[in-house]
Amino acid sequence: MKILIIGLNHKTANVETRERLAFNGPKLEEGVFGLKKIPEVKEVAVLSTCNRVELYTCVSNTASAAENIKNFLSGFHNIARSDFEKSLYIHTDTDAIRHILRVGSSLDSMVVGEPQILGQLKDAFDFALSKKTTGVLLNKLMKKAISTAKRVRTETRIAENAVSISFAAVELAKKIFTDLSGKSFMLLGAGEMAELAARHLVNNGVTDVKVANRTYERGCELAKEFNGKAVKFEEFLNELIHTDIVICSTGAPTYVLLKDHMQKVMKERKHKPVFIIDISVPRNIDPEINKIENVYLYDVDDLQDVVDTNILERKKEAEKAEDIIDEEVEKFIKWMSSLDSVPTIVALRQKAENIKNEELEKFKNKFPDIDAEKMKALEYMATAIINKLIHPPTVALKEDTEDRDELIAMIKKLYGINGDENEE
Amino acid sequence: MGTVLFELALTFYFAATIISIVDIFKGGKESSRLMTFITGAGFAIHSISIIYRYAAAGQLPITSMHEASSFFAWCIVLIFFFLEYKYKIGIMGSFIMPIVFIFMLSSSVFPRGIRPLTPVLQSYWLPVHTFLAFLGNAAFAVACGIGTMYLLQEHYLKSKHLGDLFKRLPSLQVLDEINYRLITIGFPLLTLAIITGALWAESAWGSYWRWDPKEVWSLITWFIYALVLHVRLTAGWRGKRAAILSIIGFLAILFTFFGVNLLLKSLHAFK
Repeated sequence: MKILIIGLNHKTANVETRERLAFNGPKLEEGVFGLKKIPEVKEVAVLSTCNRVELYTCVSNTASAAENIKNFLSGFHNIARSDFEKSLYIHTDTDAIRHILRVGSSLDSMVVGEPQILGQLKDAFDFALSKKTTGVLLNKLMKKAISTAKRVRTETRIAENAVSISFAAVELAKKIFTDLSGKSFMLLGAGEMAELAARHLVNNGVTDVKVANRTYERGCELAKEFNGKAVKFEEFLNELIHTDIVICSTGAPTYVLLKDHMQKVMKERKHKPVFIIDISVPRNIDPEINKIENVYLYDVDDLQDVVDTNILERKKEAEKAEDIIDEEVEKFIKWMSSLDSVPTIVALRQKAENIKNEELEKFKNKFPDIDAEKMKALEYMATAIINKLIHPPTVALKEDTEDRDELIAMIKKLYGINGDENEE
Repeated sequence: MGTVLFELALTFYFAATIISIVDIFKGGKESSRLMTFITGAGFAIHSISIIYRYAAAGQLPITSMHEASSFFAWCIVLIFFFLEYKYKIGIMGSFIMPIVFIFMLSSSVFPRGIRPLTPVLQSYWLPVHTFLAFLGNAAFAVACGIGTMYLLQEHYLKSKHLGDLFKRLPSLQVLDEINYRLITIGFPLLTLAIITGALWAESAWGSYWRWDPKEVWSLITWFIYALVLHVRLTAGWRGKRAAILSIIGFLAILFTFFGVNLLLKSLHAFK
């Protein structure tokens, strides 16, 4: 049994190809059963997300299985082989194990460290499990992928820091206010990015939302979306007194908020901290405002810097994660090989024991008068002979050699051991 | 036996302090946890040593510089654990353990003999007055550590230098809240300490207030913290200003403790 992974992802295939090969909705079940019908395929699970389609299989022969799977994909998705073949990657054995562990740990993701992929992988396997298309090997591999992903998450800081501007804004807000629930928030102007950041804030518990826009009607629309209230743009300074977080993106050519204004506002609000995010270009808020006590002003470049350092940090952490993956791959390979050789060793020994016992029995029947002491010596000698005979093949089986699969097959053949009976 | 326990506690605190300082520059959850664990072990041993000495002396062991420093350190660790339990801020120890260690170290250099108390001072006011004073001042000591954390975090946010320590320090709001709480706990304790002290002074020395240097400096400390609370409630002096004031207040306490005892002639001095 060999592990074979065939797939394509955002790095190897464009979105059109990914779409055409996706196993969406009812196609997933059909696809899993279809793949299972391929004679070489013993176990199968299918992962299909917007960034990747991957088929995890255990096969008896990798080359012919890969051929058949490609043909199946072509037929199933009604797409010529030449249209997708060059986008495919094929991993077998160690590479395959490493690949699935890297996918689960989000090292292969578009945004390294993003947490969704593990859940998607789990779902894919849970589905296969419920359809009974997986077996010992894939189930164990899946468990390994999950535990490795957890190890990566706890031992590295790969998923710790925000890698988008709007998440960075939320993270900073939490370093000023701890808990965002119950905090008041004002959207000044209505740019697209401002809206996105606003949505993140609302998702993180900000309740009191105000929108101040030059065109009041547009402000009303937005306010409705966030369950907030619209404020006349001219009155935003008064509202600022009761606002903890501000996102500004008005598209005005000059500063709309000056240091003098802000100083007055701060006095009015008894110097309670304010977090202001100015994502407009050109900037709409006088950068001098950052010098006022308890005012924290970040512009779009500041946030981008945060994101850039976080991405760099993730890359560093990803290196640590690769080491963890190496370790876990090795452990899995050890487990797999023990799975192969142990039953064979046991079967070999059993076979020898059986022969010994049989022959001793025959001997006893032939010479019923033999005294116990001699019989014991004879048994001892027989045991010594079989031990010496099976010792070299046992040692050979226990060794980690590349051709062990062949060796196992050969020993089974030579000694007449029926493999299937002795598997788990 | 008492000496051995004290040395042992000192050693544990020393180890915790080293870890806590390393933790600032290069650390993580594990080293913070280790530091808290070692501090806990030190605290247990320290507590036993204080009880042991209490039994040996027959009075609360705060009648010499050695005892007072050690007891003050104990009070700080007590408050530290209370906060750690409530807020679970691993990095906090890095800003408090050094203070604890300095007091333990100063305790270790002073003579350790148990000296009998002059009959005038033998009163039930002794444990009440001193315990209130020590606990109150310990709260201010911790507030100083928290204030330092606030200033650091505030600096990071303002300068947009968002490194590793920034990520491990808690939010400004939490730090300001803890700082405020500590002062609202410390202030009434100090007030009560001054009142009980005055009552005790009346019964021991015949007058409530004698403008003794320790009394004067305690009063100065009291005024500083009264000011901290007053400007916070009236003028909104929170955050950075409150943090700076809590550090200044603790400097006054340090002077009251070391300066007055060692430099000035005082009835409170341990002589």
